[in-house]
Amino acid sequence: MSILVDKNTKVLTQGITGSTGQLHTRGCRDYGTQMVAGVTPGRGGTDFEGIPIFNTVVEAVAETGANASVIYVPPPFAADAIMEAVDAEVALVICITEGIPVLDMVRVKRYLAGKKSRLIGPNCPGVITPGECKIGIMPGYIHTPGSIGVVSRSGTLTYEAVHQLTQLGIGQSSCVGIGGDPVNGTGFIDVLQLFQDDPQTEGVVLIGEIGGSAEEEAAAFIKEHMTKPVAAFIAGQTAPKGKRMGHAGAIIAGGKGTAAEKVQAFRDAGVAIISSPAEMGKTMAAAMG
Amino acid sequence: MNIHEYQAKEILRKNGVAVLDGRVATTPDEAEVAAKELGGGLCVVKAQIHAGGRGKAGGVKLAKTPQEARVHATALLGSTLVTHQTGPEGKEVQKIFVEQGCDINQEFYLGMVIDRVTARVTVMASSEGGVEIEEVAERSPEKILRATIDPAVGFGDFQGRQLAYGLGLPKESVNKAVAFMRGLYKAFSESDASMAEINPLVLTKSGDLVALDAKMGFDDNALFRHADIREMRDVTEENEKEVAASKFDLNYIALDGNIGCMVNGAGLAMATMDIIKHYGAEPANFLDVGGGATTEKVTEAFKIILSDENVRGVLVNIFGGIMRCDVVANGVVEAAKQVNLSVPLVVRLEGTNVELGKTILAESGLDIIPADDLADGAKKIVEAIGA
Repeated sequence: MSILVDKNTKVLTQGITGSTGQLHTRGCRDYGTQMVAGVTPGRGGTDFEGIPIFNTVVEAVAETGANASVIYVPPPFAADAIMEAVDAEVALVICITEGIPVLDMVRVKRYLAGKKSRLIGPNCPGVITPGECKIGIMPGYIHTPGSIGVVSRSGTLTYEAVHQLTQLGIGQSSCVGIGGDPVNGTGFIDVLQLFQDDPQTEGVVLIGEIGGSAEEEAAAFIKEHMTKPVAAFIAGQTAPKGKRMGHAGAIIAGGKGTAAEKVQAFRDAGVAIISSPAEMGKTMAAAMG
Repeated sequence: MNIHEYQAKEILRKNGVAVLDGRVATTPDEAEVAAKELGGGLCVVKAQIHAGGRGKAGGVKLAKTPQEARVHATALLGSTLVTHQTGPEGKEVQKIFVEQGCDINQEFYLGMVIDRVTARVTVMASSEGGVEIEEVAERSPEKILRATIDPAVGFGDFQGRQLAYGLGLPKESVNKAVAFMRGLYKAFSESDASMAEINPLVLTKSGDLVALDAKMGFDDNALFRHADIREMRDVTEENEKEVAASKFDLNYIALDGNIGCMVNGAGLAMATMDIIKHYGAEPANFLDVGGGATTEKVTEAFKIILSDENVRGVLVNIFGGIMRCDVVANGVVEAAKQVNLSVPLVVRLEGTNVELGKTILAESGLDIIPADDLADGAKKIVEAIGA
């Protein structure tokens, strides 16, 4: 078991003919992911290294049975691409694209209500179930199959956490990047619930950062509903107020969304606090007893 | 991206939001002419800087005659205004806005932001005008009225009426308030704003509603589709190094410490700052070089980091997942040579071809201190600068 993706997941790439789409479609296929289709409007009927390309998502799904989509479409067109995948009832839509206008995501979020799809991202590295399925831009080789779930708002910091776990001989069940944007699809709570329900997952590393209140809400959820140990790191303890720290969502606005508040919320929820980013693996290991 | 008050009011006017007549001026002469054009009566001379709290800091002056407007303009232009939002160094006033006066009956607050929890635009209104909304939220949160806008339908007049009656506006002003809010939402959504704030929103003695002050901020990710708003950018209001970095697609934020950082990825960059602090020193900056750390980008990043005279050492932390460490190492070596690096440099590389990357650094002939992991890197740079 694992969450969201496994060896049976069939993936289509939206934006497969762009350089990013090509690079990572190849990377995921080489990892062992079933890459079954690509979509680029106007390129239907051709193929990318043997992967058939379609003009529309609905057609790609009908022809190949794809049940997950990964989106590398550039920011001006990414919101439309997400909605196209949702319209085609693709169960899992993962948007890697960074830089989508927030108001576009506000409309996407409205469009998602009542639909059958789950959106992960945007502005995220993707989802991986080590040894089975990698969808996204994360380096596959740092992961190792195991029992720790990882959920994070960050990309490279997640790699750092996974790398530390692997170095300690601790494998991962699934790793989910929920993205660094202020408005995104799936949040911490949804992923925590999935990890809680997944028999393979025995503990969770959560990586948050400054801005918003998603971590505080996650802390409240953990306190109420999680029986598995959780270790959390919050990036941006030294970040100044009012400055956007790279990620569109990483900003302390009106004095709210500081790392200190988030750490306190996790501490109150009985979560193991990771005080140094060099100790993400160690802290998780200690929390597992 | 932020803009000046006079620019925000220009956008509001185009969207049917009631604002007072005004002129922007950069010289005392222009200010006097502006005051005359506005009728020669009472006007307000306002310093245009990207910071709130101008009134309390002496940046807003009443002028009864055009001659007085000139006097205030002379005093304000070129002066440095220190408000609670500028920091102690303050901001130089390069432009002023000369605006008609008005008879204030009552002051309110009206703002719009994108609420992350509902993932929608939220309108906030309060009878506590002229006070910062954070302060109201802290002190008397019941005084903030809210409405959440459904993006599929837009702002509903019924929402405007609820807010207007909630604020206790006289009934003859309610429809004016609804039109005002409708216009503000139009301005907000059509310009991809991230925030809009009318504080105070004024009810005049004649029962009209008018934006006495206006502040707007925009989503940087949406500027590609708003050429008109891009043109409103005033780089003199921004940090020089941050502007230089943005030209090379580098995400740089200046901080107060003395250890420069260069990292790939925003989260890891923040974590690197945090670990420097963990070992007892302070980061000089946030810098995300992004996914493709080419020699050119790394060189520019070094130049920007080193242009900060407080920097006494640099920590490079690259987790090359897809990116190859040998490529990064070559970039760092090349860049270090080009900028004649004279402060200690600690480099931590991880990822594909890491051994080859370390060999390149070791054989470069440069005084580069290699680090094995995040903690090792932070410890070594803190030691190297003797903090």
